[in-house]
Amino acid sequence: MALYVLRRLLVAIPTIMLLVVASFLMMHVAPGGPFTSERPLPPEVLANIEAQYGLDQPLWKQLWDYFYNIVVHFDFGPSFVQKDRSVNEIIANGFPISLTYGALSFLAATLVGVSLGITAAIRHNTWIDYVAVSLGIAAQALPNFIMGPILILTFTLWLGLLPGGGWNGGQWEYLIMPVIALSTSYMGSIARITRSSMLEVMNSNFIRTARAKGLPDRAIIWRHAMKPTLLPVISYLGPVFVYVLTGSVFVDLYFSTGGLGQSYVSSALTRDYAVLLGITILYGALTVIVNLLTDLAYAWFDPKIRY
Amino acid sequence: MTILSVNDLKVDFDTPDGTVNAVKGVSFDIRAGECLGIVGESGSGKSQSFMAAMGLMPPNGRATGGVELQGEQILNLPVSKLNRIRGADVGMIFQDPLTALTPHLKIGEQMAEVLKVHKGLSGREARAQCLDWLDRVRIPEARRRLKQYPHELSGGMRQRVMIAQAMLCEPKLLIADEPTTALDVTVQAEVLDLMDRLKDELGTAIALITHDMGVVARMCDRIKVMRLGEFVEEGEAKAIFDAPSHAYTQRLLEAMPRIDKGEANRTETGEEILTVDDMKVHFPIRVEGGLFGRTVPLKAVNGVSFGLRAGETLGIVGESGCGKSTLARAVLRLVEPTDGTVSWFGKPLNQLDKKALKNERKDLQIVFQDPLASLDPRMTIADSIAEPLKTFRPELSKSERQAEVVAMMERVGLEREKYNRYPHELSGGQNQRVGIARAMINRPKLIICDEAVSALDVSIQAQIVTLLKELQAEFGMSMLFISHDLSVVREISNRIMVLYLGRVVEMGDADTICTAPVHPYTRSLISAVPIPDPVAERERARIRLPGELPSPLDPRAALRFLPSKLAAGEEDYVPRLTEVAPGHMVAEHDALEDIMAREKKAAA
Amino acid sequence: MFARSEKTAELAADITDFTAVRGRSLFRDAMGRFVRNKAAMASVFVLGLIVLFVVFGPLIAVWDNEEIDWANMGDILRNGAPSIASGHFFGLDELGRDLYSRTIQATRTSLLVGLIGAAMALLVGTAWGVIAGFYGGRLDTAMMRVVDILLAIPLTLILILILVVAGRNFVTLFIALGAVSWLTMARIVRGQTLTLKTREFIEAARAGGVSEGQIIFRHILPNLIGVVIVYASLLVPEMILAESFISFLGLGISEPMTSLGRLIAEGAGTMAHGTIWQLAFPLFFYVTIIITMFFIGDGLRDALDPKDR
Repeated sequence: MALYVLRRLLVAIPTIMLLVVASFLMMHVAPGGPFTSERPLPPEVLANIEAQYGLDQPLWKQLWDYFYNIVVHFDFGPSFVQKDRSVNEIIANGFPISLTYGALSFLAATLVGVSLGITAAIRHNTWIDYVAVSLGIAAQALPNFIMGPILILTFTLWLGLLPGGGWNGGQWEYLIMPVIALSTSYMGSIARITRSSMLEVMNSNFIRTARAKGLPDRAIIWRHAMKPTLLPVISYLGPVFVYVLTGSVFVDLYFSTGGLGQSYVSSALTRDYAVLLGITILYGALTVIVNLLTDLAYAWFDPKIRY
Repeated sequence: MTILSVNDLKVDFDTPDGTVNAVKGVSFDIRAGECLGIVGESGSGKSQSFMAAMGLMPPNGRATGGVELQGEQILNLPVSKLNRIRGADVGMIFQDPLTALTPHLKIGEQMAEVLKVHKGLSGREARAQCLDWLDRVRIPEARRRLKQYPHELSGGMRQRVMIAQAMLCEPKLLIADEPTTALDVTVQAEVLDLMDRLKDELGTAIALITHDMGVVARMCDRIKVMRLGEFVEEGEAKAIFDAPSHAYTQRLLEAMPRIDKGEANRTETGEEILTVDDMKVHFPIRVEGGLFGRTVPLKAVNGVSFGLRAGETLGIVGESGCGKSTLARAVLRLVEPTDGTVSWFGKPLNQLDKKALKNERKDLQIVFQDPLASLDPRMTIADSIAEPLKTFRPELSKSERQAEVVAMMERVGLEREKYNRYPHELSGGQNQRVGIARAMINRPKLIICDEAVSALDVSIQAQIVTLLKELQAEFGMSMLFISHDLSVVREISNRIMVLYLGRVVEMGDADTICTAPVHPYTRSLISAVPIPDPVAERERARIRLPGELPSPLDPRAALRFLPSKLAAGEEDYVPRLTEVAPGHMVAEHDALEDIMAREKKAAA
Repeated sequence: MFARSEKTAELAADITDFTAVRGRSLFRDAMGRFVRNKAAMASVFVLGLIVLFVVFGPLIAVWDNEEIDWANMGDILRNGAPSIASGHFFGLDELGRDLYSRTIQATRTSLLVGLIGAAMALLVGTAWGVIAGFYGGRLDTAMMRVVDILLAIPLTLILILILVVAGRNFVTLFIALGAVSWLTMARIVRGQTLTLKTREFIEAARAGGVSEGQIIFRHILPNLIGVVIVYASLLVPEMILAESFISFLGLGISEPMTSLGRLIAEGAGTMAHGTIWQLAFPLFFYVTIIITMFFIGDGLRDALDPKDR
């Protein structure tokens, strides 16, 4: 097990390195930069600024320095646009926010989705099943950037129950709408995956054996059917976690929560490559780790998989 | 005393194409301590009757009639009431022991559940009972098994676990639905013996659902022959086997090949067209160890040599994992052999380049086990049959090709109207005829039949074997006939080669191998094959080798029949083949008594 | 002189030949199942209506999608509401443009994006997956490693990155969408190819001397169609979603062209003023398309899924 984790981490390192290099090069071949504004700066000023950020160095040297600073000092360098702020600071500011509502959305989507799917499967072909399936499909058609306006319209403008945006240290009134907006569509897909998986499992031979043993339905569902049902769900949860984190791009824009998504979009629009690069690498590394965790969870659910 | 009494049971299924009457009113009784055989081919409704009786039908099924268990009506009872009966008064075991056990629960957990539900036992007491039953079904190292998952056990052991689990509450009735169909023949013999013993010791009634007349002959006191949802014949086992009255039963019994009898097959004396010398096929298998794992070679075929004459049929038999299918594919170079030579009419087949090999393929054909899987589901059967023609005789015009295909279809017994049919529209037997037509269309000189009749019902199996023999008489091709079913192999082969873990243990005339085997492995194999004759079957002496078929990855397994060399530390020793009689080769082995004695000592 | 061409002879042979029963191909079976699926058929019908609306809607439009209604743009909330009389069936947008024409144009864009994006994923993903799966070995390892690495990068970020770096236009958008969506397709196709490759009919073809290339085209690809169609149909709504997401951020298609995502973004931005129709109409079309595509995808899967056979 430990060996497997180690092996996976060893494979992850070149993946992340490749990601760093690819993103770095992509941003440097792109036309335009953070300092090419509408009013062209005098050449000597530009040269001065570029020297300050090390942009006058040859590309490989820049890449090497960038790499070196990340590996040795865990330093992603200064922001090109926001004066006096380092990329590390910007991430340290926004990431906890994104992570908080991201993790909550993830939990909400998983718990509600799985329960809905299982309920539908157990009551297969009854009105409960039909309602659950319709709910699932409707939810799936409502991604975060659609749910956002609908929620604000309903709860802030019409009912006046919840504040329309802001973070305020993550008090629950400020969390509710971002979490619902972010989780709805994933909740729908998780519910649908769970339902069809459970229906398939309930048709399998070992469930027939369990029935033949005279076990009550409760035991059959919880002890025998649950784990195999959740296997395909788990392999979908990894990507969902990543989607939910990157969904921050929208939530921040809409609810002014101030997470990393906001920094990402604004840095993309102002060509603040340092910030853009930092966040891309952070999310890439997170994806790799989440995928690893998913695989480990998979092994826990399926004794046939041994690492 | 009657345990189960079924009265005019009907089972219907609602399908999109209308209602299907799977069981059309059957009645029977099962008495304590007897074994009732329900025999029938696929689709006869034999399993469905029992599933319906126990309330285990799929949701689209309906059952009417009466089922009484010890005088109490149980048909269509609510699940909560049925649950008190299932597992307590009636135990069940199923065909495929791998998928029938919950994969993520340990053996001990799955078994203890039954005791908890029906007897309220748990903890140490339940454990003790589970252990006791695992011992009674003779599972080695029972204590350790309790903590293992189903996939860590062999097929035979899993079926024993199923039996132990079904017997935990000492039910009055054990329903066994094709309990040995997925198992190797020696394992089958042991599982059947076990069931027989339980019946005698505990007086448990057994309902044995099977398609195999040999199994019935060994096990059953009374028989019901089922066909298309109805019983066509019923009575005492001996009476039915001696004088079957219904035409269907007669056909079924006639279709059963017997290992103890057979026409004397002539020996072919033609020239040797195929010579395989020291063939080895090793697959790298990933195992644990080191940071990135390591690979060990799985020696699927490990030094096999044989020759095949023109017009001759060589049967290749062995249990699962013995490398017989790999051998066939390596001969045809569908997998690349690791070592050794294949000489085909003097040409080294394994050294030809792609183009030369393609030319030879015209004369080398193969028929596979699963008729449906061996045909492209998106092609009409005519297109499938015509494919080799397109490759090797591109000069044919469309109509000429069509004529060839139709002629071949009719030769293998397919009506020309089926020309545009797709495989999923045909039965298994018809699809296998398509597979044979495709193999025969270029009049090849060698056909390899890889378990070609194993997936078919007995009566269809007999037809296909007859067809193959006719084709051989007409076209004179040679055959390699691979099967795990020794009776079929005996019927069709001139000579038989027995494989054990990638090596030849014995080779000789079909009759000699089946009537006077020499090697201990062949002897145990032959003695385990059931004979469809209750009298002969119950009188036979069985040679039981202790233990299960070992894993091919275990380096010591190869010398299972030469324990003296193992004891001497010569683990790499390769047993030599010696000719004990003209054409009868036997691998070096210790005497059977020595092997048994040593195993016993090791077990103790 | 009447040259007897071989072709005519063959045709004649075909006609005068025995009457063989026409078999039902798997595809026809699947079509039958699909037609019986009520939800899927209803969705096809609704989607068909939307396509008809997009094609013929402009014929009854009074205003062009770029035209600004100067008379009414002063007070959108009061004068810009949907009305038959003013010719603005769906009302006006914030700049005084006709929302009816803009919605039609946006729906067209979104449908196109969905189809083209899915088609790109289909082509690239299928080719990649088949080659990796069929030839196996080191090539497979290398090709799948590439997919794994790309999959490890959050796709929305890549999408944004490509659009920022390469500039915003239609072609870039399609390339960007295609670039991020073929990965899963490649994985699925590879998995299917691996199982197909071990099926006996492939071995039979090989034993019959059929060349590797022919095996791919004659046996592998036709048997992949089911999976590919099902997955592509599920990709269509995903592509529409992704494009909407991008447009929502203002990175998608540029004015005066628009897409549903962009209209929704604009509508959402102004709903606080009470011009709810600016959100409602695009949202209605958007949600309808997505939901019908889901049902159609589900229907296709039920119809083509080999598990049912």
